[in-house]
Amino acid sequence: MTRTAICDTAAEAVAGIPDGATVLVGGFGMAGMPTTLIDALIEQGATELTIVSNNAGNGDTGLAALLAVGRVRKVICSFPRQSDSYVFDGLYRDGKVALEVVPQGNLAERMRAAGAGIGAFFCPTGVGTPLAEGKELRTIDGRDYVLEFPIRGDVALIGAHIGDRAGNLVYRKTARNFGPVMATAAALTIAEVSRVVDPGEIDPENVVTPGIFVDRILEVS
Amino acid sequence: MTTTERPQCVEHVDREPRDRDELAAAIAHDIPAGSYVNLGIGQPTLVADHLRPESGVVLHTENGMLGMGRAASPAEVDPDLINAGKVPVTETLGASYFHHADSFAMMRGGHLDVCVLGAFQVSERGDLANWHTGAPDAIPAVGGAMDLAIGAKRVFVMMNLFAKDGAAKLVPECTYPLTGLRCVRRVYTDYATFDVDPESGVRVCETFGISVAELASRMSIELR
Repeated sequence: MTRTAICDTAAEAVAGIPDGATVLVGGFGMAGMPTTLIDALIEQGATELTIVSNNAGNGDTGLAALLAVGRVRKVICSFPRQSDSYVFDGLYRDGKVALEVVPQGNLAERMRAAGAGIGAFFCPTGVGTPLAEGKELRTIDGRDYVLEFPIRGDVALIGAHIGDRAGNLVYRKTARNFGPVMATAAALTIAEVSRVVDPGEIDPENVVTPGIFVDRILEVS
Repeated sequence: MTTTERPQCVEHVDREPRDRDELAAAIAHDIPAGSYVNLGIGQPTLVADHLRPESGVVLHTENGMLGMGRAASPAEVDPDLINAGKVPVTETLGASYFHHADSFAMMRGGHLDVCVLGAFQVSERGDLANWHTGAPDAIPAVGGAMDLAIGAKRVFVMMNLFAKDGAAKLVPECTYPLTGLRCVRRVYTDYATFDVDPESGVRVCETFGISVAELASRMSIELR
């Protein structure tokens, strides 16, 4: 059998996540949001977490629920403010959660760099803006770039569509979003999927995230 | 050696300023056939309603899709199929899905032909401010705005020319926090369309419900 564990329970899937961990959380809004794993993380009790995700929670479920119970020390995201981000907004205004705003492409590329063993990269996004203040600049072939460093996770929680027992994943439509990138960027990658199948049932040509990047899979109905 | 004749400015004085749909139609008309295009959240999404299917324009949404279709009807809503504004949408034939690093490589790598963005301010050199008012109590949120601003081959801005206090939003220098430097090439507004060049400044292409002279009197930049 492969190294990927197929978990029987959500508690088993999130076991061992320590206090103070940096947790990459997939999803764009609620599409691809691993809500079952987040609920299990709330049960599990890890606290003082740094959360890396595109948004800072929507409504009262998923990431918003984790924030609401006070487990998050810092959020690194591109777009915290939304019509339904009231849980984050309240905590932020009360000074109870730190925020690092990162341009969305940098968020993705910094995690991609972490997963690919890249030490840092020069990027044109944000040159001349407040988000480049204090960062190293370099002109390459006449164009200005900002030095950006990887974002590495202790854990990634992602949502996918189908997983096989070899750990391979496929996604569904725009719910793919950050999943494949986050899967590469964390020491421990945990995926919730709507169905687990036997090896061979996913055409190898169609695998999006190969099993080497996936440590645990939880089937949710 | 040939010289290029500069197109004349066309004044449409005897009419109202353009409404949002007219503005969206004008932008759609100016997007070359076959372009890969990203439409920003808010007003720019209206441009999609005016693109003719036979134009072959392919819409990109930065959450990971090319070939985005119209908004979903209630019966078509799929929570896994949304646009960057988190609105349920549909797919067109030939659509594709990809992860975020690929999606932003399409922008940052210069593969997108056009993006249309809203703006708080644009400077006469093409600097863009559209992500943050700078208000001390505002929660900053940038999303993909900075990546789009520097990544697309051509950045169009769609906005009202004047703010609620009457101040023009095409300005000598942006006072709001910047999104990108010298990135905007064209500004479509209710009262006029402008070409913006980082070297030579702002040229009026067309006016609606206002003369060039009056326009110039209400703006604090030099108009060519």
